[in-house]
Amino acid sequence: MAYSDKVLDHYNHPRNVGSLDKKDPSVGTGLVGAPECGDVMKLQIKVNPETGVIEDARFKTFGCGSAIASSSLATEMLKGRTVDEALQIKNTEIVNELSLPPVKIHCSVLAEDAIKAAITDYKAKTLDAAPASAQSA
Amino acid sequence: MLKFPIYLDNHATTPLDPRVLETMMPYFGEHFGNAASRNHSFGWVAEEAVERARKQLASLIGATSKEIVFTSGATESNNLAIKGVAEMYAQKGNHIITAATEHKAVLDTCKRLEKHGCQVTYLPVRTDGLVDLDQLRDAITDKTILVSIMYGNNEIGTVQDIPAIGKLCHEKGVLLHTDATQAVGKIPVNVIQDNIDLLSASAHKMYGPKGVGMLYVRRKSPRVQLTAQMDGGGHERGMRSGTLNVPGIAGLGKAAELCQELMPHEMAEHARMRDHLKDKLMAELDETYVNGTMERRLPHNLNISFAYVEGESLLMGINDIAVSSGSACTSATLEPSYVLKALGAGDDLAHSSIRFGIGRFTTGEEIDYTAGKVIEVVKKLRELSPLYEMVKEGVDLTKVEWAAH
Ligand SMILES: Cc1ncc(COP(=O)(O)O)c(C=O)c1O
Ligand code: FES
Repeated sequence: MAYSDKVLDHYNHPRNVGSLDKKDPSVGTGLVGAPECGDVMKLQIKVNPETGVIEDARFKTFGCGSAIASSSLATEMLKGRTVDEALQIKNTEIVNELSLPPVKIHCSVLAEDAIKAAITDYKAKTLDAAPASAQSA
Repeated sequence: MLKFPIYLDNHATTPLDPRVLETMMPYFGEHFGNAASRNHSFGWVAEEAVERARKQLASLIGATSKEIVFTSGATESNNLAIKGVAEMYAQKGNHIITAATEHKAVLDTCKRLEKHGCQVTYLPVRTDGLVDLDQLRDAITDKTILVSIMYGNNEIGTVQDIPAIGKLCHEKGVLLHTDATQAVGKIPVNVIQDNIDLLSASAHKMYGPKGVGMLYVRRKSPRVQLTAQMDGGGHERGMRSGTLNVPGIAGLGKAAELCQELMPHEMAEHARMRDHLKDKLMAELDETYVNGTMERRLPHNLNISFAYVEGESLLMGINDIAVSSGSACTSATLEPSYVLKALGAGDDLAHSSIRFGIGRFTTGEEIDYTAGKVIEVVKKLRELSPLYEMVKEGVDLTKVEWAAH
């Protein structure tokens, strides 16, 4: 398998590796994939509650080079977007940007799933928090 | 001086030994004759080369020259042995026993025979990779005609107890075929002492050329008969028609001779390098597991899983070293290695496995470099691994509800 230069670049210099505090209410965490399938992605976003803008994004990935590159790229794409804008990100953008071959398309799908899972988690947290803030208001 | 890339994939194929190439060259040139031409010196010279090779191979495996049938490789030898026995002994029975960890050339041959009315038992293996002799004994019925168990495994290097398996087969009046592709030339194999009736081997796994191999077919006690699978001019005692690949066969013979001569030295040397590599990796990296028993193993094989690191991403990081992985991401089917799955190790460890195959031209310096590089990349990838992080936080990964897809 020959890798594109962009995949190699993300593999050799992954962006935004790491973890955010998953208990922080402004952090959404997505954990997708399964060890038996050979791919697990953890993607986290930190959202500014005032503006809804994603201020930080982090990932850790167990998977092939294309999966690592897809999640690394995803964190770059997320930063600076609003949560609603982030929901529009499609795996095909990742495929095109990284020139992924057909057998690696599912790695980009996983990254899209991870984005959605992180946003879902964030939204669930803000909903949980909502009644509490309503009371105090 | 190290030369890159470093080749540590000697189970996939071995480089051609220059001495083998030298032996082959004249048969591409002036000695181009057909070994079946009985009437002139061109034919005689070719035949002489073929008969020399037959002797060299017979000597390596303790057979006689007449028992060696030349083929295009181990895939063909396995097909010929299994299909040839199934067809020839159809009156006697239709049951074949093999193991889950066999090469596809055996498994898929058996699958095809199932479509033609054969019954096949695929024995599981123990977690150490070995076939359980009691299970084998229990599987044999009065319909069993053939047991096909490989000598040394191509992924995990496990060496089955072929002498004991052969003894059992002979007591029960069942033929034993062994795919010895990874064992012949690497460890002592003797068809008499090991009670083998049919044995497959391939030149390109023993520093010979690709596209040539052999099948040993026992002639005495018992005399094994085969139905040919290739019809034609009746070459190779009628078992395999087709003009012989004289340069390839000359090369296979020379390769066998060299292996026999170098075996005591190479076995010790490869095992030493292999153990050194294993010790270095295991000393530096936690949660690292050897797949398959170390007790009965090809001396040049190491198959190891680095938990929480995916195999393909590891190969990518060590791209100046040629090895292979049982990871699904490296396979066309996106399935992890069925051999590792058969050990019951769990798919996650299969995804994390790397196979190292040491060879005749491997140096100690290459092994040291490889160990250092693998350690560096595994550490880096574990920094990237959500699984490693979770385990370090005390999460039990088996208790997590994964969103499998
Ligand atoms: C155990 C085993 N059997 C059979 C084969 C097939 O051999 P050949 O390439 O000569 O057809 C191989 C090589 O891939 C092997 O390792
Ligand atoms: S994670 Fe398996 S192919 Fe990408």
